[in-house]
Amino acid sequence: MRRIISVLLENAPGALSRVVGLFSQRGYNIESLTVAPTEDETLSRLTLTTVGDDHKIEQITKHLNKLIDVVKLVDLTEGSHIERELMLIKVKASGAQRAEVKRCVDIFRGQIVDVTSTLYTIQITGASDKLDAFLQAVGDAAIIEVVRTGVCGISRGEKVLSL
Amino acid sequence: MLSGGDMLIRALKDEGVEYLFGYPGGAALHIYDAIFRQSDVKHILVRHEQAATHAADAYSRATGKVGSVLVTSGPGATNAITGIATAYMDSIPMVVISGQVMSHLIGEDAFQETDMVGISRPIVKHSFMVKHASEIPDIVKKAYYIASTGRPGPVVIDVPKDITSPLYTFPYEYPEKVKMRSYNPATRGHSGQIKKAVQLLLGAKRPMIYSGGGVVQGNASHLLKDLVDLLNYPVTNTLMGLGAYPGTGKNFLGMLGMHGTYEANTAMHHSDVILAVGARFDDRVTNAVSKFCPNAKIIHIDIDPASISKTVVADVPIVGAVDSVLSEMLSLIKESDEKPDAQALAAWWEQINDWRERHGIYTQNRFDTTGDKIKPQEVIQAIWEVTKGDAYVTSDVGQHQMFAAQYYRFDKPRRWINSGGLGTMGFGLPAAMGVQVAYRDATVVCVTGEGSIQMCIQELSCCTQYHLPVKIICLNNQALGMVRQWQDMQYSGRYAESLYEDSLPDFIKLAEAYGHVGIRVTKREELKQKLEECFALKDRVVFMDIMVDQSEHVYPMQVAQQSMRDMILSKTERT
Ligand SMILES: Cc1cc2nc3c(=O)[nH]c(=O)nc-3n(C[C@H](O)[C@H](O)[C@H](O)COP(=O)(O)OP(=O)(O)OC[C@H]3O[C@@H](n4cnc5c(N)ncnc54)[C@H](O)[C@@H]3O)c2cc1C
Ligand SMILES: Cc1ncc(C[n+]2csc(CCOP(=O)(O)OP(=O)(O)O)c2C)c(N)n1
Ligand SMILES: [Mg+2]
Repeated sequence: MRRIISVLLENAPGALSRVVGLFSQRGYNIESLTVAPTEDETLSRLTLTTVGDDHKIEQITKHLNKLIDVVKLVDLTEGSHIERELMLIKVKASGAQRAEVKRCVDIFRGQIVDVTSTLYTIQITGASDKLDAFLQAVGDAAIIEVVRTGVCGISRGEKVLSL
Repeated sequence: MLSGGDMLIRALKDEGVEYLFGYPGGAALHIYDAIFRQSDVKHILVRHEQAATHAADAYSRATGKVGSVLVTSGPGATNAITGIATAYMDSIPMVVISGQVMSHLIGEDAFQETDMVGISRPIVKHSFMVKHASEIPDIVKKAYYIASTGRPGPVVIDVPKDITSPLYTFPYEYPEKVKMRSYNPATRGHSGQIKKAVQLLLGAKRPMIYSGGGVVQGNASHLLKDLVDLLNYPVTNTLMGLGAYPGTGKNFLGMLGMHGTYEANTAMHHSDVILAVGARFDDRVTNAVSKFCPNAKIIHIDIDPASISKTVVADVPIVGAVDSVLSEMLSLIKESDEKPDAQALAAWWEQINDWRERHGIYTQNRFDTTGDKIKPQEVIQAIWEVTKGDAYVTSDVGQHQMFAAQYYRFDKPRRWINSGGLGTMGFGLPAAMGVQVAYRDATVVCVTGEGSIQMCIQELSCCTQYHLPVKIICLNNQALGMVRQWQDMQYSGRYAESLYEDSLPDFIKLAEAYGHVGIRVTKREELKQKLEECFALKDRVVFMDIMVDQSEHVYPMQVAQQSMRDMILSKTERT
């Protein structure tokens, strides 16, 4: 099952490499990884998505917790949560295609952030499956370049991950 | 005001470090100069950095203190890696300080630069790179705290040369306490879980106590003994746990696992409740996990949550330190009205005693002494007798290690010192040095093979320099015996690269070249007497080269991918 694990990490040199190293060392896979400082400059917030059965996920969270730099973590997929990813995508847009792509962007509530006579650069945010659906709608033939940030997420309601 | 170099050594002193095992080089020279100008922290100059790590590791295993190592950058640091990995696999507390090139050169492929923090990352509990000299006291304090608490393990401190420069000085104060918001190791177990465990344990009809290295490391051997004696339950130890319960104790079934005893493995298989304490269900113990002890409910006490249900799923997991959890269990049992089922227990003991009689290695000798050749097992038995079972025994890796584990019956914890998790050949001699440094008057024996000893033989010179009168007992079977055994059993006797074709050195002359005593034994009749001679030479290093039967195998041996009770018992019998 796909999981989103969100980690508060000491904003210290080498901390990120310890997290990434753990995954390769123990043969766990990382599907996406995002990391940035938080409002507290001594902490980074790291979000990663991975797949595995319950046993594997339990081992992953236990081993992450063992890292000295990991302050706290939560498996967001255990409760209701909001998940977002941002994608920038360049697509062919000439002739009749141009209007078609525009319509598609509107349907997915994306934005065209740059234009040339033959292409659009589009920004779109949402859960990963929405971004996947957009890519499918536009079609491989039209796609020139795709950049995705990876997933970040937060729990719904009162639940917070903080010190 | 102190320079970074002086601070480092002063911090070690304030931490209570008595010995540093190390080897100098460019990036560490300011630190070495600081060592020269004081006398509190004593330095042991090994002959290879691997030996420094093994010696510090064994110093820790024998004393319970943290082992300390100092090496230079580049090759000094990489040479330390095998020893760091060895300590990591066996959860041994150790701090390794490595010199590093100057801060401004890092990343430029400078002379003797290696990314020590990076290279050691998967084999340390944590690591630090010092960015400023003023951080040194705090980092040293944290390093020793992290290494020695929770599940112990090695910690690396990488120190760029400029940081230790004598040109700059800073105020020094050693912190009294550490506080880390991201590190709070478990201590007490969950009382509800402990209650459940006690209930399960008292209700058992065929109980087994399976204890490991955590009981030795966690200084809980006396509590384990109290528990076993109070309940009169059978107990087995892992290779790492030997000595946690007295090896000659009546409830002891011997080691379990791949080369465990018939009675320990069979009793595990048939048990209905297993209390696993400070043991990690290693694959050398469980054999095929899917066939592991099919009828047993499992209580697992471990300080590391990641050890619990990693391979074998625990029915009652307890995360906590062995000493506190076992104390709590003991008081609950004493208070409880419930008593173990005496009738069931008597029947269980009867069954176990029958297994012991049938194939046990302590009820009679299972090796054949009718031939001329000395058997490795009888050498270990003889060492045990001559040293009255009271020596510190370090070991290398191979058949000799297994024979030592089986036949030297350790009655006390911290007496058996070997590399279990990594299985590092070359460990034995430097380990013996580390123990002898800690206990100058103790009898320290290194049981080794002619293969393993050659991996750190240079340390014979270190023994000379520091007068470390270790006794090296080489079970010379003229082969990489453990490899040869597998080749006998699985490759129809095709001995690919496990024999040396008469290229072995004359170990007697070699020992003498280093200023030591060499004694060769070729006949059974002289074995005991020569060993007595060896141990009578209290203040000398003695290298005993004992020629043993090459064709001997270690038995029992579990049949791969089967259950615990499936064992090969000799060249002609299996279960
Ligand atoms: C050639 C060879 C053959 C081998 N054959 C065998 C064999 O037949 N049988 C065998 O048993 N081993 C054998 N081994 C060793 C094996 O590889 C493992 O090293 C060993 O089984 C692990 O022992 P352990 O389970 O006691 O764990 P250890 O590695 O000693 O780990 C200790 C456990 O206790 C926990 N712990 C530590 N401190 C505390 C504390 N204070 N409180 C609570 N928990 C704590 C740790 O988290 C860890 O989980 C062999 C090794 C070699 C090289
Ligand atoms: C550094 C290292 N290399 C290789 C091995 C694999 N290995 C395990 S036992 C063994 C043979 C050891 O030979 P020896 O020291 O003579 O002991 P014996 O088995 O003959 O008693 C080897 C090569 C190892 N454990 N460690
Ligand atoms: Mg050999």
